[in-house]
Amino acid sequence: MDPLIVNLTVFVLAVFVGYHVVWNVTPALHTPLMAVTNAVSGIIVVGALLQVVEIDGQQITLTSVLGAVAVLLASINIFGGFMVTQRMLEMFKKKDRKKGNA
Amino acid sequence: MQNFASLLYLVASVLFILALKGLSSPDSARRGNLYGVIGMVLAVVTTLLLMDKPIVALMLGAVVIGGGIGATLARRVQMTQMPELVAAMHSLVGLAAVLIAIAAIFHHGQEHTGAQKIELFIGAFIGAITFTASVIAYGKLSGRFGAKPVSFGGQHLLNLVLALAMLGFGFTYYATDNHAAFLMMSAIALALGVLLIIPIGGADMPVVVSMLNSYSGWAAAGIGFTLNNSVLIIAGACVGSSGAILSYIMCKAMNRSIISVLLGGFGAETAAGPAADSGPKNYKSGSPEDALFMMKNADSVVIVPGYGLAVARAQHALQELAELLQEEGVNVRYAIHPVAGRMPGHMNVLLAEAEVPYEHVLEMEEINNDFSSTDVVLVIGANDVVNPAAKNDPSSPIFGMPILEAHKARTVMVVKRSMAAGYAGLDNDLFYMDKTMMVFGDAKKVVEDMVKSFH
Repeated sequence: MDPLIVNLTVFVLAVFVGYHVVWNVTPALHTPLMAVTNAVSGIIVVGALLQVVEIDGQQITLTSVLGAVAVLLASINIFGGFMVTQRMLEMFKKKDRKKGNA
Repeated sequence: MQNFASLLYLVASVLFILALKGLSSPDSARRGNLYGVIGMVLAVVTTLLLMDKPIVALMLGAVVIGGGIGATLARRVQMTQMPELVAAMHSLVGLAAVLIAIAAIFHHGQEHTGAQKIELFIGAFIGAITFTASVIAYGKLSGRFGAKPVSFGGQHLLNLVLALAMLGFGFTYYATDNHAAFLMMSAIALALGVLLIIPIGGADMPVVVSMLNSYSGWAAAGIGFTLNNSVLIIAGACVGSSGAILSYIMCKAMNRSIISVLLGGFGAETAAGPAADSGPKNYKSGSPEDALFMMKNADSVVIVPGYGLAVARAQHALQELAELLQEEGVNVRYAIHPVAGRMPGHMNVLLAEAEVPYEHVLEMEEINNDFSSTDVVLVIGANDVVNPAAKNDPSSPIFGMPILEAHKARTVMVVKRSMAAGYAGLDNDLFYMDKTMMVFGDAKKVVEDMVKSFH
């Protein structure tokens, strides 16, 4: 089977899964949702890493340099996205404890 | 190896889905975030295992620098600045997609099939539009560029011509493998990103940020098609649908169609609106002490916070007041309109930061039926989201927008700097009702005065 068809199948099913999962997200957490999707879209790092390879024995090529810059940008998203999400979710946690103590 | 890697990618994809699923409640959300982190590590390690002759030093350097910048941003950002941070991060995904596509095009010794060329084209142009559009959105949100919509004659025609030119260059690349055509196509997409966002006003930015969230996902999925990489496709598709849903929710909350948002110019058309309404109207005003007296003697108080509250940094003082009232036996709750902040769910985070228990924070649908049995509503830093004209006045530009029905409560207190109009430039009948008392002043100062005079 053509890889395009396989990819398209995966894509369409993933859109459906995403649609149903996201409708279940509580509105109170929509900002953390956006922050975490920022981190998840940092998955593009995988595509960037694949470009950072030796080509014809050459390490520094246009491809590897552009790839490395893309790795850098995606890393900002991954670290920044997950960490800021964690920071926000901690704020929602504190109240649990406080309520428990009261 | 290839099969094993595909299985690991599948596990990573499931972990990403669980990360989103975790957000269905604050209790499961932190575990969800951890799943997301594990999924990301797994996907990266799997990719490294698959690679032939990777340049490890270059990768490591990029990850360390990028990770350091990301971690610093995450630690330093103020919660009021979240919309800017999110917009900035969308732009990075967009730019990364463009760079990857160009890197792949110039990858010596790698042939691309016809389908892959189309996929590269799609990934690059969505990425390019996401990049520049997010930079403009970032500028508007952070106040670096004016928030006013910029429009000029023939704007839509120009966009159309550019879009056609972009497709033309894309086709040239497809047919001739000409690298310059691909670069031209990317450059035009960058320009389109700017042109598409400049006519959209500051008030519509919540929709725009959500939409760009969606685009950044589609760009990732597009790159995944080219590289035949399932985890990129799945993660990208989930992010894409997430952003699309949030855009829809924001549009509905503002009673705007996505088309009218994209065509832009909201601020301009309503500026002329309120002029028709003439003649001074009477309103009552009182001191913070008067307002406090009313709230202390109430059984139930609902606080309606708006973005003005966050601007005045009054959240913490407000929660102190709420706790004092609760100690007196008053039932205090917060009512949140979906567009109370500058992005979806923004106000919830701002209140959580001020240690408001999330059980006391209710969404519009949850609280609207309770207003008629509420003694006092305290509106603070909000305006259009409690404007009864949205329900009663078909001629109002915001007619049909869902509102918090504060006007149904027995008494309404509005904390405001002056009688000036709100974001949409409209007068608000709520302020002139017999049961309404205006408390003029800076939100933080007023609330602090209330706390002080409590004892």
